[in-house]
Amino acid sequence: MLAFASRRILQTVPTVLAVVLLIFVLFSVIPGSIISSLSDDGRGPMDVQVVERMKKELGLDDPVHVRFTGYISRLAVGDLGTSFRTREPVGSMIAKRMWPTLQLIFTAMFLAIVFGIPLGFVAALKPGGLVDMASMVGAVSGLSMPKFWLGLLLMYLFALTLGWLPSFGYGDGSLKYLILPAVTLGVSPMALLARTTRAAVLEIMTADFVRTARSKGMSELRVVKWHVMRNALVLILTTIGLQFGALMGQAVVVEKLFSWPGVGSLLVDSVLQRDIPAVQGSILVAVLFFLIINTLVDLLYVVIDPRIKYA
Amino acid sequence: MSVIGTVSTVFATKWRVKFRFNLVVGGGLFALAVFVGLFAGWLAHTDPVMDANLLNAEEPPSWKWWFGTDAQGRDIYSRVVHGARISLTVGIVSQFINSIIGITLGLTAGYFGGWWDDFVNGVTNLMLAIPSLIFALAIMAVLGPGLTSLLIALGLTNWSFTCRIARASALSLKSQGYVQAAKVLGYGDLRIMATQLLPNMLGPIIVIGTLGMGGAVLAEASLSFLGLGIRPPYPSWGSMLSEARDQITTAPWLSVFPGLAIFLTVLGLNLLGDGLRDILDPQSRSTRV
Repeated sequence: MLAFASRRILQTVPTVLAVVLLIFVLFSVIPGSIISSLSDDGRGPMDVQVVERMKKELGLDDPVHVRFTGYISRLAVGDLGTSFRTREPVGSMIAKRMWPTLQLIFTAMFLAIVFGIPLGFVAALKPGGLVDMASMVGAVSGLSMPKFWLGLLLMYLFALTLGWLPSFGYGDGSLKYLILPAVTLGVSPMALLARTTRAAVLEIMTADFVRTARSKGMSELRVVKWHVMRNALVLILTTIGLQFGALMGQAVVVEKLFSWPGVGSLLVDSVLQRDIPAVQGSILVAVLFFLIINTLVDLLYVVIDPRIKYA
Repeated sequence: MSVIGTVSTVFATKWRVKFRFNLVVGGGLFALAVFVGLFAGWLAHTDPVMDANLLNAEEPPSWKWWFGTDAQGRDIYSRVVHGARISLTVGIVSQFINSIIGITLGLTAGYFGGWWDDFVNGVTNLMLAIPSLIFALAIMAVLGPGLTSLLIALGLTNWSFTCRIARASALSLKSQGYVQAAKVLGYGDLRIMATQLLPNMLGPIIVIGTLGMGGAVLAEASLSFLGLGIRPPYPSWGSMLSEARDQITTAPWLSVFPGLAIFLTVLGLNLLGDGLRDILDPQSRSTRV
């Protein structure tokens, strides 16, 4: 297990390096496009001095290999650069906003797991039944709904009309501020988990070992608990892991909608204000987070499913 | 046997009814969106951008203003109708680019194998490691807002699933008898890939493409909502909703109709994709979601 774990973690190193290279190429090797998009973003031409300063700070006048080694060696010691906008180190800007984002993402995923999996499970026990139809219609609707629209409607209903919850902001960080953004963000993983669980359970229900368990007189509850649940868990866990990536993306939109002070809204604000070091830093952190989650999921497989052996 | 047979027939009919439901409703919604987009000029009451009139500002929905008007007095109905053009253009064109990239890379990787296969695999895994909306956002940050940037950003970031499917199909198909026969007959590699392999893998690729189109419509709306896609005053559903957010207390109807348009279009594509999957890719029905 330990050997597998360390090898699996080592496997992420090339991916991390490739992501770093990609981010570097995107923002640094195409300086012409950065400068030109600066001048035609609809707010009139940029000040020449600002452009020169940015060029200097980005080191755009240096040859590519010098820039790349500089970028890598600064990254290696955890230096993500300095924000153009606030003159703050990007690392500490992100660190400040990490907790609200994690809060939001994990609460959303928690809601999705707590409601989505049982829903899919109940739906699969009676395929074609009323619960099945209703929950699957709900699931496909949840997947098709733009998150920021759902958020707007929830905001209008629960904050502005009923006045039960604050409409936006982080406030003092208490739960009531978290509810609307987390529900908004949680709807699509919930829908996807319901669908995955249903599909997994339906398939496992027809497996030979389930028939055997039933024919030896095992109670339905025990069949479901011992055979179906455990086998469905692998597929469900994969979906959960992959959904974290989608959640990182959607969190950007939801954070912006609810003025939530997380990494996502930092990313959007930095893009809008051309704060390149902050953009690079937030993207890198988002990708690293997703990689860590998926590595953890891979490690969990071995714990859940003893048939998966990585000797 | 007969009992099992009857049960499975009943089950199958029930399923078939559901497949048709997906196809009909999904296809209908998508056809409606395409129709509205194509004939937006006829269907709209006013020009979506130019016909601003502050005397009509923030009128609630009525017989005259079907969906109400916004803070500049523009007719929301006309703007929503014109928004279909932007959404569908982005959805269809960017997904087309994705499909072309995915098919080309996956097909050649599976067919030729070797270092090219390793390389394509590596790039695909890298793409899967980056959340696609974040990747698209990064490209938009470099290219700047606008329709062309959107097509590039969304067309380059969502081909990994198509690529994987094309590669897997090419791998399993290339050892089939008819492909071997084509080789013996002296067909070139390109001809084998185009005439023997490609037609046999199109089913699942069309399904992924349909679902991907829905994803692209959502992504365009999200990016425009964030101010990184289509900029105001052009009527993108996403940017209309970002204007609506600021007026949610005074003009809540602004938030309803553009969102409903996105929802129905994406719902149509998702149902259509599910329906097509049941027909074109039946064995994956229960395993993939």
